[in-house]
Amino acid sequence: MVMGDPGPGGKYGEYGGRFVPEPLMAACMELEESFRSAWADETFRVQLNAILSDYAGRPTPLTECRRLSQRVGVRILLKREDLAHTGSHKINNVIGQALLADRMGKKRLVAETGAGQHGVATATAAALFGMECVVYMGELDTVRQELNVFRMELLGAEVRPVKSGSRTLKDAVNEALRDWVSTCETTHYCLGSVMGPHPYPWMVREFQSIVGEESREQCRQLLHGLDPDWVVACVGGGSNAAGTFAGFISTTANLVGVEAAGGAAISNGAPGVLHGMMSNLLQDDTGQVLEARSISAGLDYPGIGPEHAYLASLGRARYETAGDGEVLEAFKLLAQMEGIIPALESAHAIAWVSREAGKTIPFGSTVMVTLSGRGDKDVAQVKDLLRGG
Amino acid sequence: MVADLAASFPARSSPAKLSSADIFTARSAYDPGTIETHLCSRRDEGKKSLCCYLMGGMSRDWLDILQAISHGGANIIEVGIPFSDPMIDGPVIQAASRMALDAGATPATVLDEISHVEAGVPLVAMTYYNLLLKGGLSRMAKHMSRARISGSIIPDLPPEESGPWIREADGSGIENVMLVAPTTPVDRARRICESTRGFVYCVGTMGVTGERDSLARTAREVVAKVMSVTDKPALVGIGVSTPAQAAGACSVADGVIVGSAIVRRVMEGSGASGVEKFVRSLRDAIDS
Repeated sequence: MVMGDPGPGGKYGEYGGRFVPEPLMAACMELEESFRSAWADETFRVQLNAILSDYAGRPTPLTECRRLSQRVGVRILLKREDLAHTGSHKINNVIGQALLADRMGKKRLVAETGAGQHGVATATAAALFGMECVVYMGELDTVRQELNVFRMELLGAEVRPVKSGSRTLKDAVNEALRDWVSTCETTHYCLGSVMGPHPYPWMVREFQSIVGEESREQCRQLLHGLDPDWVVACVGGGSNAAGTFAGFISTTANLVGVEAAGGAAISNGAPGVLHGMMSNLLQDDTGQVLEARSISAGLDYPGIGPEHAYLASLGRARYETAGDGEVLEAFKLLAQMEGIIPALESAHAIAWVSREAGKTIPFGSTVMVTLSGRGDKDVAQVKDLLRGG
Repeated sequence: MVADLAASFPARSSPAKLSSADIFTARSAYDPGTIETHLCSRRDEGKKSLCCYLMGGMSRDWLDILQAISHGGANIIEVGIPFSDPMIDGPVIQAASRMALDAGATPATVLDEISHVEAGVPLVAMTYYNLLLKGGLSRMAKHMSRARISGSIIPDLPPEESGPWIREADGSGIENVMLVAPTTPVDRARRICESTRGFVYCVGTMGVTGERDSLARTAREVVAKVMSVTDKPALVGIGVSTPAQAAGACSVADGVIVGSAIVRRVMEGSGASGVEKFVRSLRDAIDS
């Protein structure tokens, strides 16, 4: 079954798996077993849903974009993950993993972060559950997202800048994994996307599937029982897209993931192994992993979740790209047409829809876009870009 | 669950399937290669073995250093092929990987350069799976074989995923060495020990490669676990960095693997003679 349980091997076609050093195998297996049992346990589900509604603000609304729709010629509905607590969809996964870590008796969370949204969400969950929290963040990203660093510290987390490699998200994942090798008996690695070794791609998708489940039902209410023609989400590792697609996989909607042009693992990558998974990767001729580069720290990842590579290979979802320039335009467009400042990551999805309306997307279509996060964190960076520093 | 994992372990040629009851006959089920033969004969003579690590291409004189390691008394040399994202490596080997990559090292240059020297001891390539995948498993195994490499250590390739590489490695006479960690359950350790070739890499401490102040208690425990399920040679690596630690580990293990302590000396400019002297101090410690 597409987007079902990948089984004990964690395979999505030829993708996925568990490519970790032996010291981490026991931790991955323990996590898989704990997740399987928790996910099948009604009590765990009830606890999780209670926190998501009472604390994280779910369900998030579905917003009809009247002015933007008129402007571009397709009907645009936004799933408002920007309105979830901490300002992005990341909280859905983090609450799930923190509750699971608590159930497993782990007292410490480590996380990687790119734009800082997952780091902030993890720091938040750690505060909520009374856990210790260490967040690894590429040194370059700590500069780009200075405010989020402060936010994490304010929440009681320790932010460790990562100085190795490209000093971005990829290297933060390496450092978090290295931390976990030495600490896995007491620490849970709260991975932020649908990537890494099994069970992460599956578990994170399951925790994010609430985005797709809610928005499908909200669309059906609004569209008199019908599903949208197109479902679009931005993709770095791909967690908001995976959660969204999971809700629409059994419908006839066209599924589109939008990658940053400078980090397009599906368009420009090749199959390979990084961070514990087999997936598509940006790499050179000899297999060295290349650095992704884009305007948004959250999409600067040379890989992509293995299930996305699988959906692409099946043709069930398509993966497109948006460049920095059009993303900035989309950022302004949504702000000025709808009064919503999107995260730069989410602006990639808006950029693709506004570019392709009337081309790939026929005029008059209904398009559901997951707005994965809000843009407050990006305002200072965008100000510099628009005003020339 | 356990049964599923067992089924996904790589099936070995002759006999095709080993039950855990067959474990102590497993060694007669295949022809041990250069490394295992070498280590077993040393053990039969009551000698401990020293495996030293060097990052291929990390300095201009790395081949001289390789020979110095051999002269210093190493029994096996592990040659790192640099990867951009060395997940199990600590800061020293990460930095060495970076130096080698910045100097233009690729899997092909490291293997080609090494084929021009006579190391005098068996060589094992240590690298990450993506480089093998990208280079082509069959092509990489053959290239290693041409470079007179006898074994491979691919830390991010656990038994469950190792089938395709092992088929190629076996075909080219490359002994693929697998890891057993302090956290590895004993049943799993048994299956890993059935699958490994050359020796068992006993991960001495839970952590990345690098020097430690003292030998972890887990080092002895993991060796005891391994020796309870196999008679293949058991070498301890990760966190073994001084002559005293090497001697301590050898009181239980068949040998040790020393990496970061050597690589750091290369980075600090110790040169071939300095490295040789250090390797000799390790040799003396484990022989005494």
